[in-house]
Formats: sequence, C-alpha cells, structure tokens
Amino acid sequence: MIEERFDAIVIGAGMAGNAAALTLAQRGLKVLQLERGEYAGSKNVQGAILYSEMLEKLVPNFREDAPLERHLVEQRFWMMDDHSHVGLHYRSDDFNEERPNRYTIIRAQFDKWFSKKVQEAGALVVCETTVTELVQDAYGKVIGVRTDRPGGQVHADVVVLAEGVTGLLGARAHLRKIPQPDNVALAVKEMHFLPRETIEARFNLKGDEGTVIEAVGTISRGMTGMGFIYANKECVSLGIGCLVSDFQKSGESPYQLIERFKRHPSVAPLIEGSEVKEYSAHLIPEGGYKAIPQLFGDGWVVVGDAAQLNNAVHREGSNLAMTSGRIAAEAIFQVKSRRDPMTKENLSLYKTMLDQSFVMKDLKKYKDMPTLLHTQSQNFFLTYPQLVSKAMQNFVRVDGTSKVEKEKLTLKSFVSARSWTGLFGDAFRFARAWR
Amino acid sequence: MTTELSVRVEDKLFQNRYLVDAGRAHIKVRPHEAPSPALRSLLTACPARCYELNDKGQVEISADGCVECGTCRIIGEPTGDIEWNYPRGGYGVLFKFG
Repeated sequence: MIEERFDAIVIGAGMAGNAAALTLAQRGLKVLQLERGEYAGSKNVQGAILYSEMLEKLVPNFREDAPLERHLVEQRFWMMDDHSHVGLHYRSDDFNEERPNRYTIIRAQFDKWFSKKVQEAGALVVCETTVTELVQDAYGKVIGVRTDRPGGQVHADVVVLAEGVTGLLGARAHLRKIPQPDNVALAVKEMHFLPRETIEARFNLKGDEGTVIEAVGTISRGMTGMGFIYANKECVSLGIGCLVSDFQKSGESPYQLIERFKRHPSVAPLIEGSEVKEYSAHLIPEGGYKAIPQLFGDGWVVVGDAAQLNNAVHREGSNLAMTSGRIAAEAIFQVKSRRDPMTKENLSLYKTMLDQSFVMKDLKKYKDMPTLLHTQSQNFFLTYPQLVSKAMQNFVRVDGTSKVEKEKLTLKSFVSARSWTGLFGDAFRFARAWR
Repeated sequence: MTTELSVRVEDKLFQNRYLVDAGRAHIKVRPHEAPSPALRSLLTACPARCYELNDKGQVEISADGCVECGTCRIIGEPTGDIEWNYPRGGYGVLFKFG
C-alpha cells in the first residue's frame, strides 16, 4: 500500500492515538496513523466526558471549533435500591466559567474533529484499514505493521499501540497478556434523543449547562458495576457497565440490565418519550495500577486503554489516554532528537515521564481499590445501597415511632446484615484502599 | 424490578448502522460436541446476543449484529473456544454517536 518508511506509525484513532499522532506531527515527525473505522470515531464508544486541561495541552484553542455538548456544572451520585435512590449532588456556579473544566461530548463527532487536527498537523491518516499484525525482526524488535490492504506492510522506527482496550495486536505479538475478565467491565449504552428544552427542564439546566449522574446499587444485581446518565444538548447518554467476570458468573445479560436501569422509577421520568438512535457496547479497563502491562519495548510503546490506563474510582479514562499518548510522543521525539535508536532502553523514557505525571500517581493511589470492590461486590453494590436506602426512609418517614427507636432499628439493620466485625472490616479496608 | 423483562436485543440493534462483510465472519466458534462453561457464558454475556444454541446443543455465532466490544474475545480466546479478529477495514458496526 504505502512504500515509504515512517518515523512513527500510530495504530488507532481514539483519544490516545490522536494525542500521540498530533504531538508527533507537531514535532515534525513523519507519522502514519491507521484506523480501521470508516472515519476516526466510527468505532469508538465512551460515555462521554471530556477533560479540558488535558486537551488544552494538545489543542489550546479547542473551544473555538470542537463539537462540545454541555459543560458540567453538576455531579450527582446515586445509591439505588429497587424503588429509591439516595443522592449526593454537587452543583456549583463556579463551573460556569470562561474556560469550563469538563464537557459532555459525543465521541464519533468529537473524534472526527480531533482527527482533522491531526491531519492539519501533517500526519498521514488512513482509515478503513485494519492492522492485522505487528512486524517484528529476528530479535523481536517491532519494525512495522501488516494491514488488511493488499501488500499492506509498512515500516517505521517506532509503533505507537493505541489499539484500545482489547489490545489484540500487542497480545498476539506477546508484548502483553490479553486482559482478564475480572479486570475489564462491559458497558452498554443507548443514545436517547429529546428536545433540548425537555432535557434542560428535566435536569434543571440552563443554556449549555450539563450534568452527570453516576449510580450504583441494586441496578447491577450484585455485580461490580455502575450506571450513568449524561446530559448532552439534544440527547441523553444512558448506560450501565459491570465486570465481564461478573456477567459470566451471574448469567445476567447486558441488554436486560440496561432495560431495568431505564425502568427504575428514578430514571424513567428523565428519558420518558425519548427516541433511541443507537445501542453500543464497549469494554472499560478496571484493573487499575496492578493491571498495567509492560508499556514499552524495542520499537514500540503502548498508550491509553490498550495500556489499561483508566481510573476506575474517578471514572476517568480519556484524560489518561490523551496524556499517555502525548507523553509517549514527547518521549519518542526526545529519543529521535538525540538521534538515538528506538530501543527498549531509550523508550523507557516514556515510562519515566508517565510515572511523574498524574496518570501513574492517581492509579497508584487507588492500586488496592479494584481488588476490594471486585471481590466484595455483593456488599458494596447490593447490601449497603439497600441498607442506606432503608435507613434514609426510616429517617424521613413520620409514622409515630420515636426517633430513638428509629435509630435503633437502623443500627440493627446494619449489624444484622454485616455484623460489627464486617462493618468495621469494610470501613477499614475501604479507607486503606482509598488512601 | 426482580421479574425477568422481555427485551428483544434485535430492537436495539435495529437502530445501528452496519456494513456487513458478507461471507467473512470476523468471529468463529471452534467446532465442539458440547460447549465449555466459557463458551456457554457468551449466550448471555454478549451484548448483541450474537451467540445462540442450535438444536444439537452447540453454540453458534451470527456476527452480523456484533458491536465489536471484544467481550467474547476476553472470555473465549484464552480458552480456545473462539477465533476473534477485527472486521476488515471499513466493515462492521458504524457508530454515528459512539
């Protein structure tokens, strides 16, 4: 297909791949980016929230022409049982600022825009091309890629693997293992279209203000998982995700789960009368720090979801993707500037730089959280939400029972469900994993 | 909430756009007598319900409605139950929103 040789090949045009390709092209490197979709974004799925700080480092004036939906002024956390939710809302007018901090976006549209920036910076972006294999020399050094185009072998000094969460190519080349079912979540999502005014009225929003609802509880049927509802301009992104291993064990089906979530009495009024225009599914890396594979080697680096860089506690992934892509590109540029070869030793600079960034610092902070939540899913996602909901109902319902008696009942419900040892143990383990 | 809902995933997939690569399924199930537990779990775990039991009790795939999430690869490739590849460039699901 393409005879010439490139300084770098970037596989994939998601957040990480676009960040890497853009940075490399901006630094003057000869870049080829390969994407299997019809256009950049046509295979990409995310909630989605965009983090301005990380995009500003790549496209400082992105607000001028990027397809943004709503800037977030509110975050709602819901703990749900079958009939109720206990909520924690944070809303602040401080987020109505000149340069808003977070936006909702629609990935297919956003990625198309991002890809245009990559092309304007000088990278050659080739879509509708699936990379089938990494090309390695006799010593295992990655020297290029093979594609599904006729005669489709291309060579480069370094290959940036931004191939996404399933990481097919890296696993096939034995650079890392295929992710384990208990380290990835499967999320399904629907796009619910409603008139703009209806969304604003239902979510209490004005103009381009936006809100996010994240929900845990009986909606995941005892599995480790979370539901989400994001307000866009003229549609609502609604979805739910649980660990793949939990889907396997429980025999629950993802489409039944999302259907049940939609029919919950707290959710149904928000989307009533909507027109669903798309149903999608995607895997999310959930293993955290301990699941991060080898990040670099002879002739290659891995970035974004393919490197399992996702902060499951804060639900942040695309900013880690953008940042790892940018840092990998900067490391490659430094090695190239010194006219050094793209060896494992030289490319270790990427890991060193990533360790100093928020990406690795944040993931390290929560390194024990995945194990805790994944092994105690019944307690954290079923028992506690039900107990908290019952406690709240007991607190607000006026029925002639004395307040002292009510408190005793609530306390008793917690102790009989989890025992004193269980309650202290859960609190202690949670606090330690958080710290 | 606890009763089983009758949901037809076909109604959901109907909204999606696909470019089907006729005659070139990107996922193949290894021939088997009786399905392994891993392969069986795909009957419910696949979000597009691409996996079905045939009348001999074997698991079959029809990948036309596949949304390319990779769940079956994570479950079924390490056990050797399925062979998984991306569709050819340009083919498969085409997300309008993603």
